[in-house]
Amino acid sequence: MRRDILAFVSGALFTLGLTVAGMTEPRKVQGFLDFAGAWDPSLAFVMLGAVAVYALSYQLSLRRDAPWHCGEFSLPSQRRIDARLVAGAAVFGVGWGLAGLCPGPAWSALGTGNATIVLFVAALLAGMLLVRAAETVATGSARRAPPAGGAARDG
Amino acid sequence: MSHFTPWSALLGGILIGLASGLLLLSSGQIAGISGILAGALTRPARAATWRWAFLAGMLLAGFALARLWPARFSLQGLPSAGGAALAGLLVGVGTRLGSGCTSGHGVCGIARRSPRSLVATLTFMLTGAVTVFLLKHWFGAGT
Repeated sequence: MRRDILAFVSGALFTLGLTVAGMTEPRKVQGFLDFAGAWDPSLAFVMLGAVAVYALSYQLSLRRDAPWHCGEFSLPSQRRIDARLVAGAAVFGVGWGLAGLCPGPAWSALGTGNATIVLFVAALLAGMLLVRAAETVATGSARRAPPAGGAARDG
Repeated sequence: MSHFTPWSALLGGILIGLASGLLLLSSGQIAGISGILAGALTRPARAATWRWAFLAGMLLAGFALARLWPARFSLQGLPSAGGAALAGLLVGVGTRLGSGCTSGHGVCGIARRSPRSLVATLTFMLTGAVTVFLLKHWFGAGT
């Protein structure tokens, strides 16, 4: 229960951060990606702030055997850089540039009730399920079942 | 056209870092939004309650902030329905194949010095930049 309450709080805080940062404005995100135009480097500062604070909390987590409200830390352990990672990131980047929205801001912007946002999120979830279905088909005949949650071990 | 806003960007980033750090220390989980969404969709309900709680917190905050601060939810630059559907599909497929998005790779992964996340982040920034370049300077959209 406490765990879920804190997860709720961190979700709300996350969206507040995205909003303050300007990540919920497609124009702003595209301005960051527009190196050939009037480049707006703001998003580099978002990343700087977020990475610095998260690196500190990661250091804190390393000193603990377990999280406050859960048995163990569940962190990605995979280190291999493969074609799937690069191809997936490349495809994601195209969608990110097209819409100016990544998953967090899109999910947060559902609160606007805007139909285009709803459509974007619906297509995003459909894309996720598509990969999941393809994985199930691909591994259906293989002996080893896919790892729980697909290969979703980074984020 | 967007303006350089280093202070609000930095403050927003710090809040994102705090939110992600809180999830790490309380639940032991990575605050990767694409991973949380996919997990909420595909995991059994009992294993997904913290995910739904996190997503509900985002939704509620988004609902409130869209009313308190509508300028921050200006949807200028968002493509029309067809473009948005295509973009959403690419984001959904890409984040599952690539195991993460801006938050999971770009923030959490880089802060943990994961080489996979560094490669993923550089890759999606590159293809994002190429996409915006083609859209704006080639096809002349949004100028």
